[in-house]
Amino acid sequence: MDQSPILAIKNLAVTYRTRERDVNAVRDVSFEIHRGENLGLVGESGCGKSTVAHSIVNFLGPNGRVTGGDILFKGQQLRDRPEEELRKLRGADIAMVYQEPMSALNPSMRIQEQMSESSIAHRGLSQKQAYAESLEALKKVNMPDPEAVMQRFPHQLSGGQQQRVLIGMAMLNNPSLLIMDEPTTALDVTVEAAVLDLIAELQERYQTASLYISHNLGVVARVSHQVAVMYAGEIVERAPTRTIYSNPMHPYTMGLMRCLPDVDAPKGTRTLHPIPGRVPSPTNLPPGCIFAPRCVMAIPECSLQRPQLTEVTPGHQVRCIRVLEWKDAKLAWAAEESAKEDSPDRGPLPDENVLSVQNAKVYYPVPFKTVAGLFGFEKRSYVRASDDVSFSVKRGHTLGVVGESGCGKSTIAKAIVGLEPLHEGKVDFLNVDISKPLGKRGIDSIREMQMVFQDPNGVLNPSYSVGDQIAFSLRRFRTVPSNQVHAEVERLLRAVKLDESYYNRLPRQLSGGEKQRVGIARAISTNPALVVCDEPVSALDVSVQAAVLNLLLEIQNTNQTTMILISHDLSSVRFFSDEVAVMYLGRVVEIGQCEAIYSPPNHPYTAALLAAVPRPDPDLPPSKVRLSGRVPSAVNPPSGCRFHTRCPFKIGDICEQQEPPERDMGDGHKIYCHLPPEQLYEIKP
Amino acid sequence: MSADNAMPAERSLRSPKSGSPSAPIVALAGFWKRLWDLFKLIIASRTAMVGLGIVVFWVLVAIFAPAVTHYGPMDQDYKNINKPPSAEHIFGTDNLGRDVWSRAAYGARTILFLAPLSVMVAFVLGIALGLPAGYYLGASDEVIMRILDSLMAFPTILLYMIIISALGPSMINVVVAIAIGGAPGIARLVRALTMDIRTREYVSAAKLRGDSDFHIMVREILPNCRGPLIVDFLMRIGYAAFYIGTLGFLGLGLPPPTPDWGGMVQEGHSHMTVTVWPVLIATVAIVSLVIGLNLFADGLREESMRYQ
Repeated sequence: MDQSPILAIKNLAVTYRTRERDVNAVRDVSFEIHRGENLGLVGESGCGKSTVAHSIVNFLGPNGRVTGGDILFKGQQLRDRPEEELRKLRGADIAMVYQEPMSALNPSMRIQEQMSESSIAHRGLSQKQAYAESLEALKKVNMPDPEAVMQRFPHQLSGGQQQRVLIGMAMLNNPSLLIMDEPTTALDVTVEAAVLDLIAELQERYQTASLYISHNLGVVARVSHQVAVMYAGEIVERAPTRTIYSNPMHPYTMGLMRCLPDVDAPKGTRTLHPIPGRVPSPTNLPPGCIFAPRCVMAIPECSLQRPQLTEVTPGHQVRCIRVLEWKDAKLAWAAEESAKEDSPDRGPLPDENVLSVQNAKVYYPVPFKTVAGLFGFEKRSYVRASDDVSFSVKRGHTLGVVGESGCGKSTIAKAIVGLEPLHEGKVDFLNVDISKPLGKRGIDSIREMQMVFQDPNGVLNPSYSVGDQIAFSLRRFRTVPSNQVHAEVERLLRAVKLDESYYNRLPRQLSGGEKQRVGIARAISTNPALVVCDEPVSALDVSVQAAVLNLLLEIQNTNQTTMILISHDLSSVRFFSDEVAVMYLGRVVEIGQCEAIYSPPNHPYTAALLAAVPRPDPDLPPSKVRLSGRVPSAVNPPSGCRFHTRCPFKIGDICEQQEPPERDMGDGHKIYCHLPPEQLYEIKP
Repeated sequence: MSADNAMPAERSLRSPKSGSPSAPIVALAGFWKRLWDLFKLIIASRTAMVGLGIVVFWVLVAIFAPAVTHYGPMDQDYKNINKPPSAEHIFGTDNLGRDVWSRAAYGARTILFLAPLSVMVAFVLGIALGLPAGYYLGASDEVIMRILDSLMAFPTILLYMIIISALGPSMINVVVAIAIGGAPGIARLVRALTMDIRTREYVSAAKLRGDSDFHIMVREILPNCRGPLIVDFLMRIGYAAFYIGTLGFLGLGLPPPTPDWGGMVQEGHSHMTVTVWPVLIATVAIVSLVIGLNLFADGLREESMRYQ
């Protein structure tokens, strides 16, 4: 095998020019990627991972530039190469796959044209040859029905298919180096799992050198041979994948691992350990070790001088001055943290239902597309976003609702809080019927039910200070007398672990996690009986996710708040839920106690979701249960069991013709499936 | 309302670990900071600076008109009619012997009062129509927007002429005409912004607080439209100045002898064989003001979008 690396980066430094000053976003980054090798680049957002990738192909934008170091591609210097030469390399010998497949594909071109384009441009193939090669590439990436896909436009493909097209496109010219920038972050877990399988398989087969950027250690464990952990523009640890998972040495790496909720650990058995604070801005780096201000194990010497990347064992480099002090880093860490107290217990709970939803249907009318329809000559069709959903939540408990996107989880949440009208069915809340629009509900039921939203950037009004937005709620519901509003806001800020100085900050001065905390403070400001959390952590960094989940749990334990947690992440649902409902295409397919859901017997769909969860363990074999295709349209859901089109355990016509029966597995655990109960036990994720 | 300046003492107890500035930010300081940010933004853009320079020049001329001129705008000097520039009259005199520079300077007062005023009225109208249209959508949106579309179908200048012919030329009617002519475009812009912002989660949060629709529109949505609206406002002042000039030229602006740039062109153009100075100065004045405002708005928009 060729011993010289495909890509060697030495002491790379990248600077961005901004209005105020120059920002050294990346400093002293070095790594090598050999043929057939995958390097995973991991870190929180804002650590400079993408900047490193972009500097390789000089995509830094008008205000960024490489200010130091070497970028050697097959031994040739790429730095300061003329744009013309780089353009010939890009797409041919160096290919890139981006995070957002939808925006990486040109929406006005057929897949066939887009794919052919690069081989025609780079290798001067004829249309016909290019078509043949593109088709071949689609087959390589296991695209079902590749001929038909070639004729489609990007919007006619699902997210997973789009990403497959992009990977196929990147592989077209047999690149020596493939750069993947969070290629699965925008995808559903089930799709992510399939794409990761594909990447691992292609790697095995074509021996392409690749750089894989991700914030998720679980994902990297599946595909990478080497892992480099980046923090605030520097690499803090680099090692072969197995080593880094079995024996992480840098406190930051350990922090990243310990903040992940474990899909195999039930509620209450462990607390998450978030990394306190946030990534420092490159303009304002602390002296000494840049991680020291957030490090649990920092000692005074840490802030005196910047540690060097030192080799601990061959191939394992760590940037930490204490690294030689501990033999087993994990043990040292655990000792450090066991000193901390646990969160309060939630105590005995009254056995009463706070919320019960019966046969709720939420339909959206489909706009008419014909003139006849406009004048009422056509039957109105509906998107059945949520179809006949029933569940109830007990006081102080959390109901987790899981499923892929497009399953109607968020819709049912919005219908409960009143943001979407209910088509049919009944919702009882604190023994009051609230199956009516928000405007007609009493102020009391509005106050008792609040929501935590998903998008940290949309959750706060950019025009008002943090304190004002919380105060709006307090004034509106007269929770406290008006002369105490200010003090109450400060109490709430403290309750969500922000200090009082945040009162006058504007949302844009806050990080994503901080904004989400303010959103939570606003939701709990009226001391509601029920808080509906719609994907509260999915847009946040892993390190911050842990803190927000811990916070929600603590609020539940102190106030006996009932919660509904909508999420696609089965690990965080397990961490936080007492009961779980699994939804597919507007229907509940399995519901029961949390523990029952996470162990057999399972609905085949639940099993597939569980199998798709990325686990931070490189030795775990990939699961056999993989879902193909996409969630079908909710306008015309499949007949019989809605899951039959994708079910790996389909037994025959009965699945297509009849609604699945309810199988009661005891203790409120219900599975809606045609498979006989004994077979449901056999399904293993 | 929230500017409680009384700071609790523990505010400064911010943990030094987080790396962000520990100084307490008071609401007032926030306001000055924002102003300072805007100032830095303008300084950073050469386009905006040039535009601002031109606009500030005319604003100063308008404010200090008596100080920068030696004659009143209506003072007639029958001994000096249609004179080219001289030491007494730096830009000459017109057909009635009035000082061209004085008329231009006092004309700046007229236009710099009328243009912003009429655009402001247009904005009030446009926001009042566009905000509910974009927020409620559905039938009310259709009705409002179709009416506005039919207004937009008229060529702008024709619309102004119809309105002013019907109401008669006067200062108020010029404002009315420009407000009615500008409102549909502003309503469209506000509607588009509202349609986007209404889907944000903080709007949902306000609904879950039981806030009234009026509250949501005015308190949650409108403040977040301000960026594009400010740029549009500046651009429209430029257009308004231009249209006020045109109306003046067509004899539909301010009745004479009010000093008015459009009127100067109108009165001067029949004497152009004798002297071009009144027309030239008035034209340069209109054009420079419009260009200045446009440059300022453009620069502001470009600079605020850079580094995003």
